[in-house]
Amino acid sequence: MRKREYMLGNVAIARGIVEGGGQVISGYPGTPSSEIIGTLAIMKERDFYVEWSVNEKVALEVAAGASMAGVRSVVTMKHVGLNVAADPLMTLAYTGIKGSMVIIVADDPSCHSSQNEQDTRRYSQFSLIPCLDPCTPQEAKDMMPYAFEISNRLQIPVIFRPTTRISHGKSDVELGPVCEDRPAADFRKDLQRWVMVPSNARVQHGRLLELQKDILDELGDSPWNKLDIREDTRLGVIASGIASVYAREAIIKQDVDASFLKIGTCPVPVNKIRTLLENTDTVIVFEEMEPVVEEQVRIIAQETGSNVEIIGKIQGPVPRIFELNADICADVLAEVLGLERTDVPIDTGEDFDYDACRIELPMRPPVMCPGCSHRATFHVMKKVYGKDAIFPSDIGCYTLGIQSGTVDTTLCMGGSITVASGMYQAGEKKPICCSIGDSTFFHTGMNGLLNAIYNKADITVTIVDNRITAMTGHQPNPGMGKTATGEDTVAVSLEALCRSMGAGFVQSINPYDLKQTEEVFKRAKDYKGTSVVITNQLCVIDAKRSGIRRKPFTIDADECVGCKLCVNLGCPAIEFDIKSKKASINIMCTGCGVCASMCKFDAIYEVKK
Amino acid sequence: MSAPGISNFDLVIAGVGGQGTILASDIIGKAAVKENMSVRAAETHGMAQRGGSVVNHIRLGCELGSMIPLKGADVLLALEPSEALRYMDYLSEDGIIIVNTEPIFPVTVTSGLCTYPDVDAIVSAMEDKRKVKAFNASELAKEAGHPQSMNVVMVGAISNHLPVSVDFLLECVRELVPSKTVDINVRAFEMGRSVTQG
Repeated sequence: MRKREYMLGNVAIARGIVEGGGQVISGYPGTPSSEIIGTLAIMKERDFYVEWSVNEKVALEVAAGASMAGVRSVVTMKHVGLNVAADPLMTLAYTGIKGSMVIIVADDPSCHSSQNEQDTRRYSQFSLIPCLDPCTPQEAKDMMPYAFEISNRLQIPVIFRPTTRISHGKSDVELGPVCEDRPAADFRKDLQRWVMVPSNARVQHGRLLELQKDILDELGDSPWNKLDIREDTRLGVIASGIASVYAREAIIKQDVDASFLKIGTCPVPVNKIRTLLENTDTVIVFEEMEPVVEEQVRIIAQETGSNVEIIGKIQGPVPRIFELNADICADVLAEVLGLERTDVPIDTGEDFDYDACRIELPMRPPVMCPGCSHRATFHVMKKVYGKDAIFPSDIGCYTLGIQSGTVDTTLCMGGSITVASGMYQAGEKKPICCSIGDSTFFHTGMNGLLNAIYNKADITVTIVDNRITAMTGHQPNPGMGKTATGEDTVAVSLEALCRSMGAGFVQSINPYDLKQTEEVFKRAKDYKGTSVVITNQLCVIDAKRSGIRRKPFTIDADECVGCKLCVNLGCPAIEFDIKSKKASINIMCTGCGVCASMCKFDAIYEVKK
Repeated sequence: MSAPGISNFDLVIAGVGGQGTILASDIIGKAAVKENMSVRAAETHGMAQRGGSVVNHIRLGCELGSMIPLKGADVLLALEPSEALRYMDYLSEDGIIIVNTEPIFPVTVTSGLCTYPDVDAIVSAMEDKRKVKAFNASELAKEAGHPQSMNVVMVGAISNHLPVSVDFLLECVRELVPSKTVDINVRAFEMGRSVTQG
């Protein structure tokens, strides 16, 4: 028996990359995809190159270049990251690749940690690039060597789409052998293939369309699509990716007999769908998010003149939003077959029935950490710009500043400075101060700042620099002087970068120093043109890991008048006792000292020990 | 309850980001793999982690999906009392709740927006509906040597109900906690285990 290990889905995918002999791996962090590169970067023995790129477009192009040179490459990102990388994706389908290339795009149905629920299989259809849709961490690992293989055989990149429950699920995983043989980089000039001037692009588009039949044949017969025809029933179930394990559980739970087609590829296996339609009167289609498979089943049914009733999302009861689960599938079966429903509500995380206990529970939203410098920045920002000011923000930990009243918009990565500019250019007279993190600034914020300065937007841009990509699990970025694998590299200066783009007002501050922060924000507000304030303070989690220890603070109950100024900061380390009307500091205090410097009664002081 | 053909044992672990729910679930999952069982688990990562309410699902002897259906869990292991109540709907009618009674106040409470219910009221409300084992695991963890070993106290407490041998669980505690804290955590495990024994 082969070795079995208990591992996270993303760790299993990383293992699959190693087993498949991946050589160049790039990516940009994004939940739920980040641990794939994280795992590869900390491996002690490595015979591949791995990098955190500055954004997904850059990452995809790095991987594309590697595969053009003939090696096996991988790029990783989350679903919304593929929007950033869509430009190279669409044309890479035309050029194709030479070695192998896998584009891993982790989808997040239910928006556990995302701003939308887009379905990457739509990009597969759009770009005509095949896609693999795994149903378990084991299958995700097993698919990876296969993905390299067909990518090489068909000379086209392959999209690989795990979802949150694959990437952040854990499972026992049986390991396979590691591929030792690796092609050497050897780029061969071929202008008709690699240079997409219109005359070549037209030819390559035709080639891509011709290739679709080969893709269909290859994927249709792949082990990821499995058809099980049952003789004694006219009911069929089709389920794609992770929905296939939910559907199986529902079938067992409802004790239903059904022919079953498990799908793990896009395009779908046309022949297997035809066979299923021939053997059924009713077919239920389960898939997360968009009705991609269902649409294809309807097209195939129409082409073959089938009268089979097709039930799914388009008219049927399968929900098109949120992730699926076994209960939802069981209820759909019940509805279609007239069985008893379990009537379980869709779990949105908010609709629990604990009210049945007649106890109201306090909400527990995620919050910025105790001592997080973003909290101090936002406190002063709001004070200086006023509550009527407009605060466009961005994607990162600081999005949690929504609780501080300083996050009025979040659109996408890098969308803070640009939205702020647009509001100013629209004639908005209220003060505009946007916030963006260091990693997000390097990602796509820089372009927005360049645009704001060039087009003379009178706004303040606050770069909340905590010197790490914190929200996704502390990945390095170009400001830190470290690569993905921990090697030293140049630490790009945000200040110098902003100045070189033409910003006339650039000022770095320590956000824990409230007085200095206030003074700088006031000057930034008065400045005519694009002003940039950079707040410098290490992420508190990272500070703790690197051994920085600050003395905690405490509140003198005799001096506290219960004004709640410190309490309103929203720090989890500060508590307020309603009976005594006094604030106190709990053990979570990290010693940032912000509350002490704002207390007007000198009631907060450092613990002397 | 976990159903034949689907799963042998369904466990929901609830808590607050930072309490160590993932480590607790890892100890159990890894030990079950040592027992030669198939394991499926689901975790909360990313944005929701930061001090928010977190939940892990772990299914032993399961080859399907990792998500436990509502009213499906055999045991609800709650590292915080209000979080026990929040995820109680995952517990089956015959399920057991093992709960740490030490509350963690969310910011909505510390800042005075919401109130935190009386812990005794939470426990008795749960006792009206299910079998409950409530105790202060945070105090036991301090006694064992470090407050952070509370999650391992809770693993010890559920060990009497798991279809996994204590030896494998202890082996995984040793493998997964920081090497300097092995003794503290083994002690924490034993203390938790004795709470639910007999």
